[in-house]
This record gives sequence, C-alpha cells and structure tokens, in this order.
Amino acid sequence: MNGDPTLERIARGNGLALCAAGTWTARFALELEQMVAEAEKLTGSRPNIFIDVSQVSKLDTFGAWLIERLRRSLTQGGIEAKIAGLSANYSSLVDEVRRVKAIPAANATTVTISGMLDQVGRSMVGIGGTIIGLIDMLGAVLAAAARVLIHPRSFRLTSTVHHLEQVCWRAVPIVVLITFLIGCIISQQGIFHFRKFGADIFVVDMLGVLVLREIGVLLVAIMVAGRSGSAYTAELGSMKMREEIDALRTMGFDPIEVLILPRMLALVIALPILAFLGAMAALYGGGLVAWLYGGVDPEAFLLRLRDAISIDHFTVGIIKAPVMAAVIGIVACVEGLAVQGSAESLGQHTTSSVVKGIFFVIVMDGVFAIFFASIGM
Amino acid sequence: MAPEAQTAIIRVRDISVQFGSTRVLDGLNLDVKRGEILGFVGPSGAGKSVLTRTIIGLVPKISGRIEVFGIDLDAASASERRGVERRWGILFQQGALFSSLTVRQNIQFPVREYLNVTQRLLDEITVAKLGMVGLRPEVADRFPSELSGGMIKRVALARALALDPELVFLDEPTSGLDPIGAGDFDELVRTLQRTLGLTVFMVTHDLDSLYTACDRIAVLGNGKIIAAGSMADMQASQHPWLRAYFHGKRARAVMG
Repeated sequence: MNGDPTLERIARGNGLALCAAGTWTARFALELEQMVAEAEKLTGSRPNIFIDVSQVSKLDTFGAWLIERLRRSLTQGGIEAKIAGLSANYSSLVDEVRRVKAIPAANATTVTISGMLDQVGRSMVGIGGTIIGLIDMLGAVLAAAARVLIHPRSFRLTSTVHHLEQVCWRAVPIVVLITFLIGCIISQQGIFHFRKFGADIFVVDMLGVLVLREIGVLLVAIMVAGRSGSAYTAELGSMKMREEIDALRTMGFDPIEVLILPRMLALVIALPILAFLGAMAALYGGGLVAWLYGGVDPEAFLLRLRDAISIDHFTVGIIKAPVMAAVIGIVACVEGLAVQGSAESLGQHTTSSVVKGIFFVIVMDGVFAIFFASIGM
Repeated sequence: MAPEAQTAIIRVRDISVQFGSTRVLDGLNLDVKRGEILGFVGPSGAGKSVLTRTIIGLVPKISGRIEVFGIDLDAASASERRGVERRWGILFQQGALFSSLTVRQNIQFPVREYLNVTQRLLDEITVAKLGMVGLRPEVADRFPSELSGGMIKRVALARALALDPELVFLDEPTSGLDPIGAGDFDELVRTLQRTLGLTVFMVTHDLDSLYTACDRIAVLGNGKIIAAGSMADMQASQHPWLRAYFHGKRARAVMG
C-alpha cells in the first residue's frame, strides 16, 4: 500500500491517461518532481489528458501541489487536462492547492557599482546620524537630570542603587584581577628592558605615571564598555522589542528618566571608583613584581613612587573617568533604543554599542591628553 | 484506516512534573486517538502548557511514560526521536517565529533541514502553505516584526504544517485573533484534519473552538485529567469547575 510513487502513461482513445499511484508525499518530493517534469513534456502531443489519481494511496500537500502543477502546465500548453478518480478524502486538499495563485518570483538583488556607491553614501550619512543621535541623547539625559533636580522626589534611588550594584560592586573582582595582572606585566617588562641600562628603579616612575594617568582609567573604561555597556544595550533593546518602552511611555513615564538616567548615573559613579581600585591593584601588582623579580624592596618602591608622581597624575586620571562613563552610557542607551524587532538586530546593536563605546573612549582619552598637555598638568 | 482510527497516537501514562516543591502534574494519564481533534482546557495556571511541553520534551518529568506514534520517547534513540519530531508540528503560544528570518525562510526552514527538495518546489509549497492559512503570497518577504499578532499565528501554523505532519500541537491558537479570524482558523484546522488525516492536540480557552472544531475535550485540574469526553459529556458533568465553565455566561452566549 505504501509503495514508491509512480506516474504511468496509458493511451485511452485519442487521449492519454496519466495514472498516478503509490505514496505522493513530501518524502518522495525529488522523484515526484522529476516524474512530473517528464510528464509536462507531453504538452502538444494529445488533445486531452486525464490525470488519474485513484491509485494514490497517500497524498499530502507536496503531492497535491505537484499534481496541480502538472495540470496547470498541461492546460497552459493547450491540452484539456482533467484530474479524475480523486477520493473524497483528498478532494478538499486538491481544492485547497488549486486556489494557490501564480507564484511571484523572488526579487533578486544585483550588485552594481552605483549600488555600492549608494551604500557608501548611506553609511557616511549614517555616521553623521550616529553623532547627532549621541548629542540628542546627551541633551535628553541632561534635561531629565535637570527635571529630577527640580523635582527630587521623581529620582529613582532604588533603581540607581540596583544598577550601581550591577556595574560597580559586581565588577570589582574582575577589574581588580585584570588591572593587577596588567600592573605585573608592565613592571616585569619595564625591569627586563631597563636592566640593560642599569635603570631598574625607573620602572617605578613608568608604572606610576602610566597606571595613574592612562592605563588604569582607559583599561577600566574598556572593560566597563564591554561588561556594562553591552548589558545596557541588551536590556534596553529587549525591552524595546517587547514594547515595554512604549508601555512606559503610554503610562505617562519618560523612559529617559525611568530607565536611562539611573543607568547613566550608576555608571558615572561606578567608573571613578573602579578606576581608583584598578589603579591601586595595578600599582600593587607592579610593586610585587618589582620586589620579587626586580629586587626593589617595598620600602624603596614607595619612596621612589612618592618622588616620581605628584597628585596631578592621579587627578588627571580620575577626572577622565566620569566623562568616559557618560560616553559609554550614552552610546549604550542610543544603541539599545535603536534595536528593531529581530534577535539579529539586538546582536548587531549590542556589538556596535561595545565597538563604538571603546572607540569614543579612546578618542576622548586623546582629547584629554591634548588638553592636559596644553594646561601643563 | 479503520483499525488505526482507534489507536492512540499519544499515550501519556502516570506522568508527574515538579518545579521546585510545587507539583504541577501528578500522575496524569491521557490518550489522544489518531485523527481526532482534542481540545484541552483547564483553569489558567493548571499546567496545560506544561503538559504540552512535557510531551514534546521541553520540560523534564520526574516519573511516567510518554509514547508518541507508539514510540516510547525516553527509550528512543536519537534518530528515532528525530523521526518523531519530523512527524509532528508545534504552534507555540507566541508564535516563536525566528525573528531574523523572513516568513518564507521561516516556513522553508524545517523542510530544508529534513527533505531534499528543489528551491522551485520549496517556493511553491511556501505559497501554498501561506494560502492554506489564509495569507497572501506578498507576506512571504516580510520579517516577523512586521506582522500583526494574527498573522504571526498564521505564519507559525504554516511553519508547523510545513512538513505535512501527522500530529500538531496548538497552544492557544485562536487567542489574539478576531472572532471571524478565529472561526476561519477553526475551520482551517477541521479542513486540515480531514484532508491530511491530522491529529490535533489543542490547548484552548476559546469556547467556539471547543464547540465547532473539537471531537473530544479533556479537562485538567489538580495535576490530573478530571474529565475527558465529548461536548455533551462535559455539559452533563456535575464537577463544579466544569459547570462554571460550560454553563457560564459566555458558554450560554456561544450556544445561543
């Protein structure tokens, strides 16, 4: 009963009967399609053709459609094609596929030079749009902050503290560990190379200036962009996808005030703290390596450190932290709100949140370097 | 088909499911016969979706046995399991369409994975399936985020039916559809059941669906099936929840 499908030709008067038999189901789709294509070539040979399906033991949508395809192409070839012997079970299925309209061709996209130029132009305009978007968000956040200052009761303390826990407290172990290791590496490399000139002790100068001014805050900012910036984008993006942000808006809440301000504030508070802890961990790690590997004992290290660095180095580093936090936060929130309906879009925006966040952090660091150099700090 | 008509396509024996310390299903037994449309009702939170998800293997059970197409799913080898999965289709409550694929790609995805079919036939079948669930072919190139709630349901059904399964699980198929759309949907399920010999396991709260589409109704309560039978049996039952459900204001409105 469940035999392989067949399509036999039997001459009948001046017409022809195509006898379909066996299982006409999806499992045999490839064979069926070949048989039907073969039968379609009969176009023009006979004035009328019966498609006899009485021997078909099993029919599904695939089989029914292929029979319908055969009937259509024969009819188009000027042959009177009829389907006969359809059992009551399957007649509604065949009727169903008969209602299917001609298939619209999938529109193929062709690659042309003008198309590529068009793409380039669009991405350039997109860059402009990104910068305007960031400034727009900065303005909106500042406006929301001003509103909260005027009406302090609308400030969301619980939410801010929650985010502070997420981005600051929970980030401490990993930030401390990584900056500690970086401090160790800088110190080891410094000693290794400076030793050739007998200038081992200068490693303390290098470590102090580098860690407090640049590496400490930059490294921590990059880690925060990767850790918390991405989390913000993913959170806001999935809220956008599930229309939660629209729901907030319709209830009369400002999403900037409810969702973004607490996150931004948490980040602006967290980054200086993390940068400070990171700098301390890096100095500790550097000092440890200088002692164990370079033979600079802790007392000598601290004395040298006090001579080598001034409070300015520390100030320069820590001033940068909140600004970088604001940049990371704004980029993350803009990307989060730009998420469209699909999971793919969420992934793209989370990626670009981290990439853009790190890029802007480094740009800001360069701007600060020029600024501090010109005011002589 | 006559001897097959009475065989159970799903046989659930004594299954229990527990989340933490709450027992959701407690020694539940259920048979779904080949070719029938089983309506599955029960109070919200009674575990209707949990049972569905347990049968399809998404929720682990702590005891009991589930047979689908006569195959014990616990004892089945990976390839047997794949065979079973190829023969059933599932419509999730929220549609669960792949958001980064178009409607066309969503429907073609299972076919492409399981069958060796030419692209031309694939495209034609996609349009046929869309037509069956009452959608126009133009919808094919849209993304799920560009569809209305009712359209998502329909596309999800088209995807569930893509492989011409023998058994479909529908989790609240008509919720979120307008009454006319819901009526069409019931009609569609009926038609498909007739034409494809489909067995349907339908979790629903839509009394209209229960009246017009279902052959048999099973009621879940306290982790067990408290009643199973025809609509008439349900109406005759003296169980307080069943009386409230089938003789309530809404039920009377449906019955006219």
